Amino acid sequence: MFRFPYLESPFKLLMLKSLLIVFCLSSCIPSICAQDFKPYEQRIPKTEITFKMVPIPAGTFTIGSPYSETGRDQDEGPQRKVEISAFWMGVHEVTFSEWDAFFKNMEVPQTKAIEVDAVSRPTAQYIDLTWGMGRDGKQPTNSMSQTAAIMYCKWLYTQTGIFYRLPTEAEWEYACRAGTTTAYSFGNDPAALAAYGYFKDNSGGKFHKVSQLKPNPWGLYDMEGNLSEWTLDQYDAQAYEKLPNKSKNPLTPPGSKYPRVVRGGAYTEAATESRCANRISSLTDWNRRDPQIPKSRWWMTDGMTVGFRLVRPFEQPSKEEIAEFFNAYLK
Amino acid sequence: MKTKETGKTTRREFVKQSSLLAGGLVAAPLISKAGYFNSVDDTIKVAVIGCGGRGTGAAMQALLTKQNVKLVAMADAFRDRIDGCYKALMSDDNDEGSVKAKVAVTEDTKFVGFDAYKKAIPLADVVILTTPPGFRPIHFEEAIKQGKHVFMEKPVSTDPAGIKKVLEIAEIAKQKKLNVVVGLQRHYQNSYLELYKRVQDGMIGEITSGQVWWNNDGVWVNMRQPGQTEMEYQMRNWYYFNWLCGDHINEQHIHNIDVMNWFKGAYPVKAQGMGGRQVRTGKEYGEIYDHHYVEFHYADGSIMNSQCRHIKGTYAKVDELLVGTKGVVKCGAAEISSHGKSLYQYDKKLENNPYQTEHDELFAAIAKGEYKFANAENGAKATMTAIMGRMATYSGEVIEWDKALNSGISIMPEKFAWDANPPTLPDANGFYPIATPGVTKYFS
Repeated sequence: MFRFPYLESPFKLLMLKSLLIVFCLSSCIPSICAQDFKPYEQRIPKTEITFKMVPIPAGTFTIGSPYSETGRDQDEGPQRKVEISAFWMGVHEVTFSEWDAFFKNMEVPQTKAIEVDAVSRPTAQYIDLTWGMGRDGKQPTNSMSQTAAIMYCKWLYTQTGIFYRLPTEAEWEYACRAGTTTAYSFGNDPAALAAYGYFKDNSGGKFHKVSQLKPNPWGLYDMEGNLSEWTLDQYDAQAYEKLPNKSKNPLTPPGSKYPRVVRGGAYTEAATESRCANRISSLTDWNRRDPQIPKSRWWMTDGMTVGFRLVRPFEQPSKEEIAEFFNAYLK
Repeated sequence: MKTKETGKTTRREFVKQSSLLAGGLVAAPLISKAGYFNSVDDTIKVAVIGCGGRGTGAAMQALLTKQNVKLVAMADAFRDRIDGCYKALMSDDNDEGSVKAKVAVTEDTKFVGFDAYKKAIPLADVVILTTPPGFRPIHFEEAIKQGKHVFMEKPVSTDPAGIKKVLEIAEIAKQKKLNVVVGLQRHYQNSYLELYKRVQDGMIGEITSGQVWWNNDGVWVNMRQPGQTEMEYQMRNWYYFNWLCGDHINEQHIHNIDVMNWFKGAYPVKAQGMGGRQVRTGKEYGEIYDHHYVEFHYADGSIMNSQCRHIKGTYAKVDELLVGTKGVVKCGAAEISSHGKSLYQYDKKLENNPYQTEHDELFAAIAKGEYKFANAENGAKATMTAIMGRMATYSGEVIEWDKALNSGISIMPEKFAWDANPPTLPDANGFYPIATPGVTKYFS
C-alpha cells in the first residue's frame, strides 16, 4: 500500500502514472461536491430500479486486528492508523435487478475484448453461475470477475454522470467497523453473527436476498457474510507493514490479475471469516472450471461466493481522472 | 455399461488387466505393440485437432498434467485458429501457469485445412479431438486406425451414421487397448462420483424419472463476412448448422442427458417431444431451434424429461434432478434427500476441476502403460440420445432408438472443400430451411 503522496508532494504524483488512480479516489469537481452529504436513492436511468447510498463520514480508524483476535491471520497486521475521506456506500450488495439493467441491456455491445473508453457488456454465461441458488431481483449478483464489477461501475457512470466505484479495502474495513474496534461490528462473539450476516451455519449453503438481517451501526447490510465483496486493491500479505502510520486513503494499485482483495466473509464460510479485519485474496481457482482458453475475463466458474458493493467518493474526481481510473483497471 | 467406464468396477478390472500385463518382461513388447509410445524416451507426444477455445483449453490441461507431455502438432481448418491457440499456449499470463516449455510445435507441424488431421495424427501418441462435433467420427476413426490414445470432446457426432461409425471404432479401440476419454466431464467430477456411488448403493431406491435442464442465453454468433464461401461461413458460424453442431440439445444439453443415462444405467428406447425457433429467428442463427422439450422413455417405463433453451433474458438453469422410489438427487446442489430431509450433502469445498482431472487420469494411465478408459461407447450413446431427441422435436413424431440408430441417416457433406456445397444452403434472402414438426419426416 502507499499513502496519498499528493498531499505532501503533488509533483511526484504527475511522475507516477499509476498514482493517478489514487488521486481519483477523492479529488473534486465543485459542481458535484455541492450535493448534501445525506443518504440518497439513486435511480438507474431509463429504469425503475433504485438503490440506496448512505454517507460514510471522513475519519480515522485502526486498520487490521490485534494478535488477541480469534481467527486472526498474519496479513491483518501490524495494525495502523488510517485516515479515510468521506464517501457514500451502497447499503447492500449490488443486486440482480441492478446488475441486469446493465447485463441484459441490449444497447451495450457484448464483447470478449475490452476497448479503451468503451463500455462493453459481459458475454453470455454458458452455465448458470448462481449454481441453482436463484436469481431473484433482490438477491445479490455473484460470480463476476473484478473486471466485470468495475465495468458495471463504468456503465453506471456513463448513465448517471456520477463516479461509482468499488471501495478500497481500507474504505471497506472502515465502513464495516462503523466506528467499532471489535472483531465484528456488533462485538466479539461469533455466535451473534447469525443476526447480522449469512455464513456457513445459517445460510443453508446459499446466498440470500439483501438487507434481510440487522445492519451495522452505519446502516450497512450484509457487510459481514452473504457474498464476499470485491475491493480495488491488489492483495499483498505485507500491505500493512509497508504502510506508514497515519496514511490517508491507502490503496495497493492493480498489478497482476491475481490475487486481488475481497472482503466480508461469505455464506459458505465460518463466522471468523466475516470479521471486519479479515482479508481474502482472489485465486486462479475461482475460474478453474472455465474449460476454454483464454478463460472468460467476465465470469468466474468457481467464484459463486463473490459479489460487490458500490461506493461514491464525496468529492468527485475530474473527467480525466475518472477515465484514467477506468483505463487502469479495465485493460 | 457405464460402470465399466468410470466406476469402481472398471478400476478393479483394470488392475486385474494391468497386473496380467505387468507380470514381467513380457509387458514391454505387449505395451509397445499396443502403441503406447512412439518416443524413445518417456515423452508423451500430443497433437491437438481443432484449435478453438476448447481445443486450446484441452491442450493446456494435457500439458498441465504431471506426466512428461509435449505438444508436437496442431491442426485446424483455419490458420488464425492455430495462431490464436499457439499464442495462448506460449503466453506467460495463463492462470494455471506457463506451459510453453512443453510446446514443441514448429511451423512444419502446424497443419491447416480439412485434411490437416491426417498430417498431425501420425506425429503423436495421444490425439485431442476438439473440432466441431460433425468431424468427430472421421477424426476418431483416423486416430484409432493409427493406434493413438484419444481425448475427444462431446458430442461425438451429429447424425446416426456418425454414431454407428464411432461405435464400430470404439470396439477397435478396445481391441487395441487404446485409452479413450470423452469430455463428458461430470464422470470425472468428485461431487457426481460421490452421488453416483450412493445411488448405486441404493440410497434413493430405483430411479423412476429424471428432469434435466440446460436453459440459458445461448452462445456466440459469427456473422457472415464478405468474400466467404458458403462452406467457410458455415465452418466459422458452426454452432447454427446441424451437420457441424447437431443443435444445442446435442452440443450442450448432452451433459445433462448423459447424467440420467449414467445414473440409470440405461439408454432410452424412444423419445417424443416438441421444440421450435421462436425468438432466435435471424438468418445468422442458421437452422437450429432455440428450444426443445423431450420425454425420453427407458425400457423399464421410467422417463427423463429434458428441456433446453437458448433464449436471452429467460430463466437460466443447468442441472439434473433424479427421482427414485426412496429419494431424490439434486446434482447441482450435490444433495440427496427424501421427503425434504437431507440424506447426503456433498461438501463442495472438496470439488475438483473435472476438466483437469480427465486429463490427469488419462495421461497417468498412458504413462504407466495402463489401459484404463473406454469412454467412446457411452460417448456415442449419450450423443445418440440427444440426436434422437432432436429428431423427435424436428419431426413431432415418436422416434425409436433402434430405428434411428440403424437408419443410416447422414447429414454430413459429401465433399470437404472450401468451394464445395454444405448440405444445407440459404435461400435468396440468406435464410435456411428449418425443420417443421408434422412436415419433417425421417421415416416414411
